Amino acid sequence: MGMGLLIDATRCIGCGACSSACKEQNKLPGKVEEVLTAYTWTTLQAREGLNVRRMCMHCEVPTCASVCPVAALTKTADGPVVYDAERCMGCRYCMMACPFEVPKYQWDRPVPVIGKCILCAGRIKEGKPTACAEACPAEATVFGKKEDLVWEARTRLRQKPGEYVNQIYGLTEAGGTSVMMISNVPFDKLGLKSNLPAEPPAMRTWQVLSNIPDFIGVWGVFLYGVHWITARRDDVAKVENHGNGQEGQS
Amino acid sequence: MNTVAALAPRRFRPGFWTAVAVVLFLAFCTVTVIRFTKGLGAVTNLSDQFPWGLWIGFDLLCGVGLAAGAFTLTAVVHLFNLKKFEPIVRPTILTGFLGYAFVIVALLLDLGQPWRIWHAIVYWNPHSVMFEVAWCVMLYTTVLAVEFSPVVFEKFGFHAPARIIHRLITPLVILGVILSTLHQSSLGSLYLIVPSKLHPLWYSPMLPLHFYISAIGAGIGMVILESYLSGRAFRRHLEMDLLEPLARGMVVALGIYGLMRLQAIRRNHAFGSILEFGYEGQMFLLEFTLGVLLPVVLMSFKRLRTHPDWLVGSAFLAVLGFVMNRLNVSITGMEAASGTRYLPSGMEIIVSVGLVATGMAVFAFAVRMFPIFPDGPVTHRTESEEGA
Repeated sequence: MGMGLLIDATRCIGCGACSSACKEQNKLPGKVEEVLTAYTWTTLQAREGLNVRRMCMHCEVPTCASVCPVAALTKTADGPVVYDAERCMGCRYCMMACPFEVPKYQWDRPVPVIGKCILCAGRIKEGKPTACAEACPAEATVFGKKEDLVWEARTRLRQKPGEYVNQIYGLTEAGGTSVMMISNVPFDKLGLKSNLPAEPPAMRTWQVLSNIPDFIGVWGVFLYGVHWITARRDDVAKVENHGNGQEGQS
Repeated sequence: MNTVAALAPRRFRPGFWTAVAVVLFLAFCTVTVIRFTKGLGAVTNLSDQFPWGLWIGFDLLCGVGLAAGAFTLTAVVHLFNLKKFEPIVRPTILTGFLGYAFVIVALLLDLGQPWRIWHAIVYWNPHSVMFEVAWCVMLYTTVLAVEFSPVVFEKFGFHAPARIIHRLITPLVILGVILSTLHQSSLGSLYLIVPSKLHPLWYSPMLPLHFYISAIGAGIGMVILESYLSGRAFRRHLEMDLLEPLARGMVVALGIYGLMRLQAIRRNHAFGSILEFGYEGQMFLLEFTLGVLLPVVLMSFKRLRTHPDWLVGSAFLAVLGFVMNRLNVSITGMEAASGTRYLPSGMEIIVSVGLVATGMAVFAFAVRMFPIFPDGPVTHRTESEEGA
């Protein structure tokens, strides 16, 4: 099932250590911005008295990876959804399609690429936690195996039912994500999309795309059949016209 | 005098419209230079909230859609064997080819790193609609070029290759129709992935079919419109005996399409948002009334269908409604979810308009050079041939 993050909005003290650590780890220029950009891969947003961490959710069936025509975005077995900047041709379909609106673009550069959190895929491979989780002084962001994190989140919700909304954001959203969040304020009030179906959006296109090979065969036979029938009708008409001593038209 | 020049366009004489086309082309070139030195942000109003704008909504979606006349007419002539339409196939194929060339140039500007466009051939992701779109653009542009090539071969006296293509025309047309079916519908499929973002007046699991059928309707509208425009430019009379039955085809296509749209809105329980008469509701009503209801109703009357002005007017409405629909899907319907408003920048508009003008100029040049219209290259016409 891979690794993931559990973010507990009630524990966050808003120090911003996660965002700074991210900038350093990924060598991103500029200051941490209020919203996600190609150069700010994670940030804290003040909502309803809480500090809400925004970052790539690392979907189990990532919409971005499904729409990328050159497979520049892929889900690894470890959990991260990674990006190969060398492949990307800049169609920006991932930005359009992402239900969490995460991938951002370098609009200011003549040779632009996409920027988004890659869940420190390199560090995970070395057996280390993500830079943000390591930097967090309040254990508001914890790193671990996803199944352990789900267990941990459930435990917190069960032990302190009054202090949490009874929902783990990311358990089912868009088919489930490797990054999950719990909070004492409903998630739609925190600026998180609450209308995401449990079926991954990628399935909607796959239902169409997977039928294309079959369709080509049937449509081709149909079209040739139409030609065959109408052409024969023409030939018959010609012969009959000759029989009547008339010339076929043009 | 002006009329004399128009009546006997033996030689190419630059006039007002040539000057307009040249100015627009130069403006287009200027924007292109800025775009490749300063980045997309310097010339467009695109942003992280709104990554696709006019170049996708108009240049790509409409450029491909309005080229649908080519596959529709080749199918009618070569597969349904309605040979009487043969005289207007060539200009339609030319329009289709230019439409696709227009799309490719626009894509080269819109892609962040267009020099990597070949990546779609090498790195495959069959789960991506964009992958399907890329392949359809490549293959169908090739098919259109081959379908048009006999015209060029004939012009230069190479009869052997023209004869080979003539013999292969049936499989070629079938291939073209299959690719077009996939491509037109795939542009709708692009938006299947955003059920939580696209407004329910436009989102539907049937989007691919909506796009396909509306492209046939508007593609026929384009054929009528283009007959009229080239008729005006080159003083040819309208082929009413061919255009009238085409208008019937347009009514059927738009009728089916309109019905499907209403069914989709019912399934989405979105009729309420029309009655609310908000931004999306107004845009939908405008699009649907002008682009579907009016042309269908008007063209249902034989008296109007056989009248050149009403016929051309309705064809224009169908094309206009089609363009509005594509812009509504790609821009209007996506704005609310993006939390921002998008209006194209002046430079984005210059690129789109400049490309349209260039396309029209190339079309005008091609009909002078090659035997595209039934009566041969326009230059060989004499005044006495000018009928009614």
